[in-house]
Amino acid sequence: MDHTKINISKLNLYYGRQQILKDINAGIPEKKITVILGPSGCGKTSLLRCMNRLTDLHPQARLTGNILINGKDILNTTDDITSIRKMMGLLAQRPYPLPMNIYNNIAYGLRISGRMNKRMLNKRVEHYLRQVSLWDEVKDRLRDPAVALSIGQQQRLCLARGLAVDPQIILADEPTSALDPLSSQAIEEKFNELKENYSIVIVTHILRQARRLADHVIFMYMGEVIEQGPADAFFENPKLEKTKLYLRGMFY
Amino acid sequence: MKKFLKAEEIFFRVLMFLSTTLIGTVLFLIVFSVIKNGLPYLSWEMISEVPSGGYYFGKEGGILNAIVGTVYLSLGSTLLAFFVGLPVALMMNVHLVRYQRFVNGIRLILDLLWGIPSIVYGAFGFTLMVYLGIRASLLAGIITVTIFIIPIMIRAMDEALKTAPRGLLEAALSLGSTRSEISYRVFFKQCIPGMVTAILLSFGRAAGDVASVLFTAGFTDAIPTSINQPAATLPLAIFFQLSSPISEVRHRAYAAAVVLFGIILVISLLTRIISGKYKKNRINF
Ligand SMILES: Nc1ncnc2c1ncn2[C@@H]1O[C@H](COP(=O)(O)OP(=O)(O)O)[C@@H](O)[C@H]1O
Ligand SMILES: [Mg+2]
Repeated sequence: MDHTKINISKLNLYYGRQQILKDINAGIPEKKITVILGPSGCGKTSLLRCMNRLTDLHPQARLTGNILINGKDILNTTDDITSIRKMMGLLAQRPYPLPMNIYNNIAYGLRISGRMNKRMLNKRVEHYLRQVSLWDEVKDRLRDPAVALSIGQQQRLCLARGLAVDPQIILADEPTSALDPLSSQAIEEKFNELKENYSIVIVTHILRQARRLADHVIFMYMGEVIEQGPADAFFENPKLEKTKLYLRGMFY
Repeated sequence: MKKFLKAEEIFFRVLMFLSTTLIGTVLFLIVFSVIKNGLPYLSWEMISEVPSGGYYFGKEGGILNAIVGTVYLSLGSTLLAFFVGLPVALMMNVHLVRYQRFVNGIRLILDLLWGIPSIVYGAFGFTLMVYLGIRASLLAGIITVTIFIIPIMIRAMDEALKTAPRGLLEAALSLGSTRSEISYRVFFKQCIPGMVTAILLSFGRAAGDVASVLFTAGFTDAIPTSINQPAATLPLAIFFQLSSPISEVRHRAYAAAVVLFGIILVISLLTRIISGKYKKNRINF
């Protein structure tokens, strides 16, 4: 069995009285694409937000259980939360570029993770923009506002921005749901390249996208993990009746 | 049903048209009467000289003391309120997102403070001053005005910051930014147009309501040369002149009001020009 990057055990999430996640036990393998699959409202986004503790922002969120990243618990720790979050890049349902120009969107992360001279900074910015195949499209207008880019370009910019803080993990919440088919394809291709160096977690409710991308699948329903495992086994040979029904498109 | 919808549509259109016209007319009449009464009496002498002995009886001199006093007081207090208020507004929207109830409590208190007439702040400032044994001065005046515009400043900035999308906060947090980095490098930038509105609102209230510092800033015919000296204000100069039995002096009151309009107009335009170049980077929804 491969090395497990994120190990979630006995995780419960409550928003006030409502229990959103119920006794989640799951593993995210290293340097693979893990797809969290399930009908909408089943708690996929919530599970993802537990992993970088964005749940901290919710006034009534309460978490119990453990999430181990590289063997260290990130829920019950006194470690600085910002350094934990730096290990993970986040790609949201729609791009949220920072209110600055294209260049500074990438440089922002580089600057907060350490001082760097101008030449080095330029090189790194170019490197990350190339990594998401955006460089050729924007190299002549690096000083333009990031919001002037198309949504698809903005999403790739956000991916590059996340990579620039040098994370080990990429968390993506339905990252293509606001994009046109071509831009979606571009993002999917990037994930396939990036999995060589990063552990990637993608939330989706699109079955076909899951089939295209997944090495590992976590299938959720009503706040619980129903079935999980390597993608081939999951899609070809699901063990549980509920999974079979879902894969046949019997419920959403 | 269709007919009814159409009638409703027409009804609201007419209503909208009427209220817009009403407000427009009232505003126009006020501005028009002030300008019509004041402009002919506005002279270079009036805005370039301090009052000489008989100014308030219709003799020569001007209101430069009140103009300078108003500008010092309003600009000084707006700046002070901005630098004190900004961290509070950012704190409410970046640091305390988890404590919505607490933040809403602060909002309520600020809204109440907003509603208190400025003269009450003036009286409060005066009491405090007497207690501390300070004389009426520009500094005491600036502090009084700052206290009564700060609720406006904070709430206006708060409303602007509230419009920043949650996703932006989450994105910035995920990059490993600290809350202060997010405050000043992301949220402040995103909300610059709203910040400008906050400054304009506060400056407008300050310039219009500086009269309330009569007790704390005093009133004088001289231009203050240090923050320990008393300062005059335009609204007070207008008030004194309006209550004069001499018609010439009453007209000068209108001329002074024109000057007050002018100051606010200039500040508005300047801030808008300066802020215009920052607008292009913000995310729109
Ligand atoms: N901020 C919130 N406050 C309260 N309940 C929430 C909040 N966000 C999500 N939920 C609830 O949590 C459940 C799971 O939501 P979510 O994780 O967004 O599902 P998914 O991403 O699978 O569509 C839903 O029932 C939703 O109503
Ligand atoms: Mg979701």
